[in-house]
Amino acid sequence: MSWSGDGSREAAMVPPAEVDTYYGRPVLKPPVWKEDIAYYFFLGGLAAGASLLAAGADQTGRLRLRRGTRLGAVGAIGLGAIFLVRDLGRPDRFHHMLRVAKPTSPMSVGTWLLTAYAPLAGTAALAEVLPRRWRRTTLGRLVDTAARPAGVAAALAAPAVAAYTAVLIADTAVPAWNEGRDLLPFVFSASAAASAGGLGMLVAPPEEAAPARRLAQYGALVELVASRQLERRRSPSVEAYLTGDARRCLTRARGLTAGGVLLSMLLGRRSRLAAAVSGAALLAGGFYERLGIFRAGVASTKEPRTTVRRTPQAPART
Amino acid sequence: MTLGTHPLYGPVDDVATQAGHVGHPPRVGFFTDTSVCIGCKACEVACKEWNAVPEDGFNLLGMSLDNTGMLGADSWRHVAFVEQPRRLGRQDGGVAGLPVGPSSTSYAAGVVAGRLRQAERGGGELGTAPLDPGVPGGGPPPPGGADRMDFRWLMLSDVCKHCTHAGCLDVCPTGALFRTEFGTVVVQDDICNGCGYCVSGCPFGVIDRRPTDGQAHKCTLCYDRLRDGLEPACAKACPTDSIQFGTLDELRDRARGRVAQLHALGATEARLYGDDPDDGVGGCGAFFLLLDEPEVYGLPPDPVVPTRDLGRMWKAAGVAALALAAAAFSVFVEGRR
Repeated sequence: MSWSGDGSREAAMVPPAEVDTYYGRPVLKPPVWKEDIAYYFFLGGLAAGASLLAAGADQTGRLRLRRGTRLGAVGAIGLGAIFLVRDLGRPDRFHHMLRVAKPTSPMSVGTWLLTAYAPLAGTAALAEVLPRRWRRTTLGRLVDTAARPAGVAAALAAPAVAAYTAVLIADTAVPAWNEGRDLLPFVFSASAAASAGGLGMLVAPPEEAAPARRLAQYGALVELVASRQLERRRSPSVEAYLTGDARRCLTRARGLTAGGVLLSMLLGRRSRLAAAVSGAALLAGGFYERLGIFRAGVASTKEPRTTVRRTPQAPART
Repeated sequence: MTLGTHPLYGPVDDVATQAGHVGHPPRVGFFTDTSVCIGCKACEVACKEWNAVPEDGFNLLGMSLDNTGMLGADSWRHVAFVEQPRRLGRQDGGVAGLPVGPSSTSYAAGVVAGRLRQAERGGGELGTAPLDPGVPGGGPPPPGGADRMDFRWLMLSDVCKHCTHAGCLDVCPTGALFRTEFGTVVVQDDICNGCGYCVSGCPFGVIDRRPTDGQAHKCTLCYDRLRDGLEPACAKACPTDSIQFGTLDELRDRARGRVAQLHALGATEARLYGDDPDDGVGGCGAFFLLLDEPEVYGLPPDPVVPTRDLGRMWKAAGVAALALAAAAFSVFVEGRR
C-alpha cells in the first residue's frame, strides 16, 4: 500500500471497480460436456452422410461403396453412442432419456431420432457381414430382405441426424453457439456430407466412388462458405471463433477440407492412393470443424463481456 | 413461438396450470431487496443446512468478503459483495461538521509528541481533554471529510430465478427438471442422469453438475418446506428481510413500492431486475432490487431463454437437412448419366 507523500490524502484502499463484470467472473457456466460430445457430433454426421451414400450405392449397384458406407455408418453411430453415454454424469441412467419425448428439448428429439436411426443402419450393415452359411436360415433371409428397406429408412432419417446436433448446441445460452443458430445447421449438414464423401473415397475404389467425390465437393463447398459466414457475424461472441484453440482447429479444418477436396478433384478418379489420402483429409477436416466449434462455444462462456455486452436483437416473437 | 399450448416466450399468466397442475396454489417466489442486505450470509448457511448441500471448499477468493464465488451445484444462495467509491443515495455518515482529516500525519504526530513532553504529567492528566498544540495553525484539523463517505458496499444474495420460461427445464431430456404446483422449477434427484444440457441452457449460469454425484443441482425454493406450508430456509433466516418470500403478485407490488420509496430517499439508482413478464425469460419467480447495473453483481443484463428461437432453429435445420438429402440424391442421379 503506498501513501501519497505528505499524508494529506489516503491511497485508495480498493482497486478501481470493474464496472461491467463481477470480479471478471464468467456469468454463464461453461458446458460440462467433455470433448466426447464434439467427437459424437463428428461421428453422428459421418454416420448420417454414410447412410445416404449407402442407400444410393444400393440403388445403383455400387456394392463396395455400399458395404463400406453401411459398415462405416453403423461403426460411427455405435462409437458416437458410446461417447454420448460416457459423457453423462450418470452413465448408468442413460435409459432415462427414454422416459419422455419432449419437443422443447433437442436432446430428447435427438434421442428418439437415434433410437429410430441406429437399428435401421444396423440392420443394413448386418446384411453386409452375415456369414454365408447363415444367409440360408430364415433369420438370415429376413435380414437380407430387410436390408434394402432398412437402408432407405435410415437414409430418410439421416439428414435429421446430421442436422439436429446443430439445434442441440444452438438451443443453449452459450453465446458462440446460440448466436450462430442460423448457420450451424448448414455447417453441420455440409460437414456431414464432406466427411461421408471422404469415407466413401476411402472405402470404395475410384470407379465406384464418383457419388462420394461429388458429395464431398458439395459438402466441402457449403461447409467452407457457411463456417466463414459464422466467423463474419457482427456479434461479440464471434471472437471465440477467431482466437485460441478454436481458431487453430478451424484453420486446420479449413485446410484439410479444402486440400482433401482439391486432391480428390485432381487425382481422385485415377489414383486409389490419392482418393484415400483425400478421403482421410476430409474426415480429419470434419473432425476438426466440430472440435473447433465446440471449443469456440466453451471459450465464449468463459468471457463475461460476451454475455454482458448487449447484443442488438429484435425479439423474435411469433 | 408456441408448441401446442405451450408458449416458448413472452408473458404467461399461470405457469403451473400451463404445466398441467390443477387446483394449484398461487405462484410463489423471492423478492430480494439488496438495499437492506447486510452481507451476513445467513441465507447461504441456512440453505446448506436445510437442503444438506455438501461443502465445496473453504477458500479465500480475494473478492471482498465473497468466498462463495458464484452459484453452482453446491451453492444455491450466493452473497455477492461489491465495493464502490461512490455514495449510497443521500447517505450521510454524520461526519460532515466534525473535525476529521487524515488520521496520522507525521506533522501532527510531531507536534503532539512535543507538547506531551512539556505537559505536566507527560500528558497523563489529560484524559480525553484536548491538548493545546500551542503553535499557530496546529489546531484541530478543519471540519470536512464528507468526501471520505464516497464509498458504498453493494451486497446481493443471488439465487435461482425460477424463470417463467426456464431454459434448464425446456432442454432437460429426461423430465428430471419439472415445474411444481407452486410455479417453481425443481430437479428430481432420482431421474437426472447428468447429461449437462441444463447447465448450458440456463442464461443466468445458475444450475451446475456436482462432480461427486454427476447430477445437476440447484435451488428448489425449498419445495419440501413449501409443501409443509413453511417459507424457504434462506428467507426464514434473513435477519433484515432482504430476502422476502411470498406470492409473486404480492411481491411485485411490494417491490414497486420499495423502489418508489428509495427513489424518494435519493437512491435514484434503485431498479428492479427480473420482475418484468415481458423480459427474455417471461419474468423471474425470484427477482431483485438492485442499486447498480445487473452486470456489476454478475447478473446478465438481458437474459433470454434459448428456446425462444427454437422454431427458427428447427426451420434452419430443416432447410439444411433437405439440402443434404437433395445433394445425396443428386450425386447418384448424375452418376447414372
